[in-house]
Amino acid sequence: MNAEAHAAEVHGASVGTNIVVWVGLVAITGLEVFLAYEALQPTVMLSILVALSLVKAALIMSYFMHLKFEKFTLVLWIVPAMIFCICMMFIFFFPEALRLVEMRPH
Amino acid sequence: MHDVKTEAMAESAWSGGGSPFAIGSKKLGMWLFIVSDTLTFSALLITYSYSRLTNPDWPRPFPIFPAIAFSTTMTVVLLASSLTMVLAVMSAQRNDRKKTVLWMVATMVGGLLFTGLHLTEWMNMIFKEQFTITGNPEGTPLFGAVFFGITGLHMTHVMIGVIYLGIVAFGFGRGKFSAEDVEVNGLYWHFVDLVWMFVFPMIYLMSVKY
Repeated sequence: MNAEAHAAEVHGASVGTNIVVWVGLVAITGLEVFLAYEALQPTVMLSILVALSLVKAALIMSYFMHLKFEKFTLVLWIVPAMIFCICMMFIFFFPEALRLVEMRPH
Repeated sequence: MHDVKTEAMAESAWSGGGSPFAIGSKKLGMWLFIVSDTLTFSALLITYSYSRLTNPDWPRPFPIFPAIAFSTTMTVVLLASSLTMVLAVMSAQRNDRKKTVLWMVATMVGGLLFTGLHLTEWMNMIFKEQFTITGNPEGTPLFGAVFFGITGLHMTHVMIGVIYLGIVAFGFGRGKFSAEDVEVNGLYWHFVDLVWMFVFPMIYLMSVKY
């Protein structure tokens, strides 16, 4: 194996680690399906499902998309900007949405 | 002497010679695309969440079978195709062209299976359960626009991804594309998978029929 090929191979997680991550993703999916039949309040259910989806997104970005193994400046360039923009959307979403939940006919 | 100075300037970061993120321009371009597309899907899903929470008569059209069983299978298929894509990228980095093409074809099969299952489910909803973009028999008419809009945009991404995979697999097999091209293709495919990790619970699991 030449040096270039070796360097390329060690970039990223091993096959075993990726399979463990995959099993974890499938397990979280199973947990989500189980929770869907627990008849929770829509607001509570949405919060739990989004939190679990964020865990899955972090696993996919870190391992499958190699972000964990990239230079940290790339992570700093991508992640905070994305989170900031999404938070800006939520600033518009939350107060009105929650007010309307209280106002809607029961 | 002049040549040495020019060369040194070209290599310095301030002269544009450095690579601050230590990745190629193709990969950087794909990350930029992913950031912009993330914001598109975020806006759609946040709008959906707003509509879902504020409409008390939101339809719950997804029984355990066939809808939830189908969509859970689709999720596992898409996750499996992400794993085959990881294996394709690893093979490409080892310059194993045959295995790379094989894993990429396996990823394409996963994408096609996902699209087939999704279209079957769409046909069932449209023709059997009378759900359309503008109306449905179970509740707020907004449901159709949100459901078909978000899942349709995602399915379009999957179909484009399958075509993209085919082109890169063909090119890599013939030695026209590099391992970086396969990795960039992988980034796109994992992003499509990542978006579904939000669409599945928020659209399907939030509207199960008990």
